[in-house]
Amino acid sequence: MLHFSPPFAIIPPVPSRPATIGGKRNELKGSDVSIEGVSKSFGTFTALRDVSMVIRKGEFYSLLGPSGCGKTTLLRIIAGFDDPDGGEVSLDGTSVLNLPPNERHVNTVFQNYALFPHLTVFENVAFPLRLKKTPNATVRSRVGDYLELVQLSSHAEKMPAQLSGGQKQRVAVARALINEPSVLLLDEPLSALDAKLRQHMLIELDAIHDKIGITFIYVTHDQQEALSVSDRIAVMNAGQVLQIGTPHEIYESPATGFVAAFIGETNMFEGTVESVEGTMVAVDVTGLGRILVTEDEPPAPGSKASVVVRPEKIRIDTERPAPAKRTDINFLEGSVDEPIYSGSSTKYYVRHQSGTMLKVIKQHANWSDEGPEIEWKDKVYLSWSADDAYLLGAS
Amino acid sequence: MAPMAVRSRTSRGPGRVRNYGPAYAGPAGIWLTVFFVAPLLVIVAYSFMAKGLYGGVEPRFSLEAYRSLANSVFLRVSMNTLGISLVTTVLAILIALPCGYYMARSNRKTLLLMLVIIPFWTNFLIRIYAWIAILGNNGFLNALLLRAGIVAAPVQFLYNQVAVTIVLVYTYLPYAILPLYSTIEKFDFSLLEAARDLGCTRRGAIFRVLLPNIRAGIITAVLFVFIPTFGAYAVPLLVGGKESYMLGNFVAEELTRTRNWPLASAISMVITLVTTLGLWLMFRLQGKAPQAKDPARSGGERRAP
Ligand SMILES: Nc1ncnc2c1ncn2[C@@H]1O[C@H](COP(=O)(O)OP(=O)(O)OP(=O)(O)O)[C@@H](O)[C@H]1O
Ligand SMILES: [Mg+2]
Repeated sequence: MLHFSPPFAIIPPVPSRPATIGGKRNELKGSDVSIEGVSKSFGTFTALRDVSMVIRKGEFYSLLGPSGCGKTTLLRIIAGFDDPDGGEVSLDGTSVLNLPPNERHVNTVFQNYALFPHLTVFENVAFPLRLKKTPNATVRSRVGDYLELVQLSSHAEKMPAQLSGGQKQRVAVARALINEPSVLLLDEPLSALDAKLRQHMLIELDAIHDKIGITFIYVTHDQQEALSVSDRIAVMNAGQVLQIGTPHEIYESPATGFVAAFIGETNMFEGTVESVEGTMVAVDVTGLGRILVTEDEPPAPGSKASVVVRPEKIRIDTERPAPAKRTDINFLEGSVDEPIYSGSSTKYYVRHQSGTMLKVIKQHANWSDEGPEIEWKDKVYLSWSADDAYLLGAS
Repeated sequence: MAPMAVRSRTSRGPGRVRNYGPAYAGPAGIWLTVFFVAPLLVIVAYSFMAKGLYGGVEPRFSLEAYRSLANSVFLRVSMNTLGISLVTTVLAILIALPCGYYMARSNRKTLLLMLVIIPFWTNFLIRIYAWIAILGNNGFLNALLLRAGIVAAPVQFLYNQVAVTIVLVYTYLPYAILPLYSTIEKFDFSLLEAARDLGCTRRGAIFRVLLPNIRAGIITAVLFVFIPTFGAYAVPLLVGGKESYMLGNFVAEELTRTRNWPLASAISMVITLVTTLGLWLMFRLQGKAPQAKDPARSGGERRAP
């Protein structure tokens, strides 16, 4: 494992391969996956409720949600291990629900890797080829290619029990890819690895995705993972899809309070819409007073709404910032309740006079950043632009 | 970091713990020596002695017993015994595999285990007599067949090789089910899904993934059935006929009726040798099996019962 650290400095380049794997870069060879109104219950418990999504050819698509929200269940339905109670799953427009798992052009990287303990690494990867009675010479060269793709050529003769977690994970990836599926399903493939290795493997997976160009459906409950590699993300909770969008959309304009809170940290204040001028909405928040928010589709005055602002969008100063000419800046005063230092940034819990607690994240800057350090009990001024906050309807 | 790890693995510290293993194993060792090794040696010795006039042995070296093994009757009985034992073993394993699999995947494991063990509460001989009551000419099965009008006269089920095989399979089935159940119970069933995912049919997954991984259990089950059946005595005696005579009956006959103790001992030696050979063969098979242990298989499927 030592050869992985430091994780970012030496990321071994994914070896440039002859045309055997992947072919032309960016040529999309995967399948569209369409899921329509899929539901699934276990007894009286509803694990999936009318789930629909369309995953495009070659996309790196993440299913993100807290534990038990039904991600694995959905993946198992796509792979063919479970049948949905209702709804439709199709690949490139053709329903696959009547096909057994071995006849779907879908392969899975299991959460526990599910490597065959009685076979060597080589034979694990060769397994699908052996099933098809591929000639030995072909098996040798194909398995060689894929082991090289996941950088395990020198471990071919080991048994799975002799591998580290990261190596097992890569065997599982190679084994799932060797059949050249049009969709690869990954069920929290990194959850058993430590944080550093996870970062490293994530980058490798992304590189493999770029190289092979097939559709990846990636299940995770780690929002950082999902944000960093996905083309699009479906956020799920309690068996339902809450929002589908690019990482940017999901982070910057979450559809619900749950999504906002689940994806990164957030401040959320409930209030009543006071007045609307164009796109500028003034919300009367209990305790904090009048807060300005810009909103493309402003709600009617008098309606309930929540103001949401990310902690890193809030500026924190020990002196009141010079009264800007801008009129769209919100100012609040408070005192630092607790600073939490975490290396590249510090998170401050700031208590407003009204008692409301706000989270603020301040990136540690370089020498050009002036001003005294902010400490515990300091009186601070918080400010953020109306553009950086958004409104969520009462729900 | 690396040198530390090496050090901690090799250095044991000054206060080495004394090994009391031999002391703990002592009682069992004495027991086995007195009641197992010694009698075995006696049998070996007897088999190389001359027959006494009225049973027993004459204490002088003789190969007479072994020489008299070279006759067609002994050869036929040996082949018969081997045949019955092999068929019984294969049948028992074929029945026990699905049973063990079903038990391991069931969520009423304890109940099913009890059901397998319950027959042991009844005496072995009584269970054989129960089979006589079922298969006999006036037995339950014939009564049923006659009543249903399937046969006109009672069918002779008993006193042949088939009856012996049926009762032997019945008797030793639990010995096959239990080791198979316990290995299948430890098997990670998500491997079957992985196999299906990679292109296996349902059956293919069983043959390519389940069976190789429960090899140790199969080997144990084979031994547990084959060894006692090869020396079977009571079952062929009670439900068998002339053509289902087995080596065990041969030994009893020589011991009690013909009173040729050296011959009985020599036949016992053959039984011991064949079963030992079987044992050795199976251990070799097992030795070739790769280590099927995966301690790091963490975060597994939580969707079991
Ligand atoms: N076979 C089953 N029988 C009964 N309930 C089940 C079964 N499989 C899953 N569930 C339930 O369905 C819900 C969703 O399970 P699922 O495994 O899909 O969650 P998940 O989103 O993958 O969670 P995690 O992130 O922890 O893996 C859970 O509450 C789980 O208890
Ligand atoms: Mg899961």
